[in-house]
Amino acid sequence: MLKKLDAIQKGETGLVKNVEGDGKIRRRLFDMGVTPGAKVTFRKKAPMGDPIEITIRGYELSLRKAEASLVIIDVEDAQ
Amino acid sequence: MKKFALAGNPNSGKTTLFNSLTGSTAHVGNWPGVTVDKREGIYRKSDESVYIVDLPGIYSLSPYTPEEVVSRNFIIDEKPDCVINIIDATNLERNLYLTTQLLEIDVPIVVALNMSDVVRKNGDEIDASALSKRLGVPVVEISALKEEHLDELMQEAIKASNSPRKGITVIQNRNLLHLINDVNIAFELKNIENPLFHAIKLVELDELEMKMHPETVETVNKFKATFENDIFGNDFEALIADSRYEYITKNYATTLKKNKKSKDGSEKLTKSDKIDKVMTHKIWAIPIFVFIMFLVFHLTFSEDLFFLNGLFHLELNNEVAVNIFSGMAYDGQALQGIPSPGVLLQNWMGFLTGKLIDIFRSFMPVGTWYTSLVCDGILTGLDAVLSFIPQVMILFLFIAILEDSGYMSRVAFILDRAFRKFGLSGKAFIPMLTGFGCSVPAIMATRTLEDEREKNRTIRLMTCFSCGAKAPIWALLAATGVMAGFAGDLFVFAIYLGGIACAIIFALFMKLFSKDRYVSPFIMELPAYHMPQAKNVAAHLWDKLKHYLIKASTIIAACTIVVWFLSNFGWDFWHNNAFNSAFDPNDIASYTFKLGNSTQYYLTEITNKDGVVSTIYNMKWSILGTLGQGLRYIFYPLGALEGGWAHGADAWKYSVSIITGLVAKEDVVATMVQLGLNEETIGLSIAGVYSFAFYNLFTLPCFAAIGAARAEQKGKEFWLTILWWLAMSYGFTLIVYWLGSIFSVVWWAGVLVALVLIGIVVGVGITIDRRNKSNKERIKE
Repeated sequence: MLKKLDAIQKGETGLVKNVEGDGKIRRRLFDMGVTPGAKVTFRKKAPMGDPIEITIRGYELSLRKAEASLVIIDVEDAQ
Repeated sequence: MKKFALAGNPNSGKTTLFNSLTGSTAHVGNWPGVTVDKREGIYRKSDESVYIVDLPGIYSLSPYTPEEVVSRNFIIDEKPDCVINIIDATNLERNLYLTTQLLEIDVPIVVALNMSDVVRKNGDEIDASALSKRLGVPVVEISALKEEHLDELMQEAIKASNSPRKGITVIQNRNLLHLINDVNIAFELKNIENPLFHAIKLVELDELEMKMHPETVETVNKFKATFENDIFGNDFEALIADSRYEYITKNYATTLKKNKKSKDGSEKLTKSDKIDKVMTHKIWAIPIFVFIMFLVFHLTFSEDLFFLNGLFHLELNNEVAVNIFSGMAYDGQALQGIPSPGVLLQNWMGFLTGKLIDIFRSFMPVGTWYTSLVCDGILTGLDAVLSFIPQVMILFLFIAILEDSGYMSRVAFILDRAFRKFGLSGKAFIPMLTGFGCSVPAIMATRTLEDEREKNRTIRLMTCFSCGAKAPIWALLAATGVMAGFAGDLFVFAIYLGGIACAIIFALFMKLFSKDRYVSPFIMELPAYHMPQAKNVAAHLWDKLKHYLIKASTIIAACTIVVWFLSNFGWDFWHNNAFNSAFDPNDIASYTFKLGNSTQYYLTEITNKDGVVSTIYNMKWSILGTLGQGLRYIFYPLGALEGGWAHGADAWKYSVSIITGLVAKEDVVATMVQLGLNEETIGLSIAGVYSFAFYNLFTLPCFAAIGAARAEQKGKEFWLTILWWLAMSYGFTLIVYWLGSIFSVVWWAGVLVALVLIGIVVGVGITIDRRNKSNKERIKE
């Protein structure tokens, strides 16, 4: 199921399909390993609901929902 | 001498490696110019010494952040003999991404595989020789922390630096390679250095590259028009980033052998995850944060540890105990509680420096100008600064521990949402935290904020964060009589908390007057927690202490001499105290107070036991005194009057110390003590303490920090910053003093007001946010 990364829920894992946005932000996401094909796992939300924390390429990355909404992921079905 | 550069991701152990390699030769690069935080040092353990430059921690060589541009320019322009690329073995995949970019530059590279011992401990394995074969450069497994295999690493690097290396790329997309090759050849023909690196950056349509080679951009664009890829279209930047990671994933799979046990699919929570669950808990995260900050200040500044005295009314009458806790100065007074480690050490330090001055004085002739200069001027001023070193160091110790453990980046994570409401990003939080140490690197660190407006705002808010040099002011004020009993630490806590609360209010104020609502992105790594390493913390502390001592022996010493001169000489230079002030107080037989004849100098005639008469001029009429009395009127509304800042006529002393604080904030206390203000003689009322403290907190920072702001801000923006600092400190302090006087505040009022202010602001923020949201929803409907 395709969804934006900011809508990722507890316990969900998915593959990055596409990264939208322009210039700087997009490049930054690429540099941090958010490229198509990368596996992302939801970790947690900050106490005030934003930013979120995900696991990608074996490390913890935090990003705001605004940036996460640029990333389209394909969520694996829960087993 | 050969020159090596250290490059690597943030948190890869780069600083530890740098410190281990260079030992105590390291010094922090100065602030002007293009270096964000470039450190330099010398490695001496090999036959030839090597000059080592520590580049800022980076994830990529993109043109978007200043750190990346600095590192990139350094490697390309300064042509180091070798680049040591340090890689965190526990996070191989992302760390290698930078390596793939470094490989494209024509420079010898050695990869230092750090923390491979941790990987092994987890039961995993990295095949270093396979990795070396794939990358085509030497790979040395090291432990920067345990200093293992560092000499081996340096040997490899020296060996590598002897033979030039040609850049290679790991990009494997055939069509893309074709284009890169064409550009590469074109660049080679033009004799451009590092043709491959420039070719790839140009194909990425890198901003910096396009400016350098506008004529070749067309070729790339022409090619781009004909290029199609299923996933990326003709977005070369994405394609290149992707092929780097694609290569790494392949590479990574064969070099890293995961322990079979952990491969059963179920992800076990590591210790770090468990800690994180508590520290970033939905409800508890913020209370925990406040509690940690409170504990830090309590352990540093409290005169009554854990409120034992407040709770149980312990009175320490035992002479030995009092001597230990108050620094061998038992005067028959019972101690009001057990002091915190910070206060305890400060007492001892004060005792030692006090004794030292006495010893100096006993060896110098009485009644000479140089005795006065050395003992009353330089030593007394330095003593004021030095005796606070233990407290400042303990504060830094806690900050260093919090930083090294990984908690600080969680703080940015927890608070980002709140910060964004006030027009700042969580990223601005890191310079602000640095601001609690020193405003100079903090203002420099704002360079990492890509957005100009955010940067300007952050710089202007910087004085809200009490820097280390201001800590002695709070410590001195906290120890004064009006803070009676156990309120000292709470006062200091209130200053820090009040500063933060004001930063929020001021940020909101700035946001209200800005038309733009743009906020720069927040994409940040959260490193795993680890035990703070004694070595890292010690290195950090030593760095700070060194900086502090250098400052004390240069700029502060110079300032104390100036203050000594100005406070001991009148405008005619004739009426001065330099020649007779250093008499032995025990020898005084009688005093006579007089009004000087032809002039306005108040004077005291002192006759000692031998009948020798010396004349002491009232410091009020010294050059400094008269200047201060003029300045006093400026500060009059802020409390520079009887019952506010001062006992009787002392207000000018406070005014003068504010001015000398411009040279270095340590000078505020140095001047106060030199002018005879100390724990016993400071006569501020509670409202006065808060007003004097907040004025010193918010006003212009020291000249070094002003210089840093000048370097970061252009023309008008810089002058606006100066104006802001002056106006804001004055206005806010005015309110504090008069409200404080009206309601005749007690010690806890400061904390309460700070908390209420934060509460109101957060409340208003949430309401505005909700309203905006519901407006948006309405628009959608």
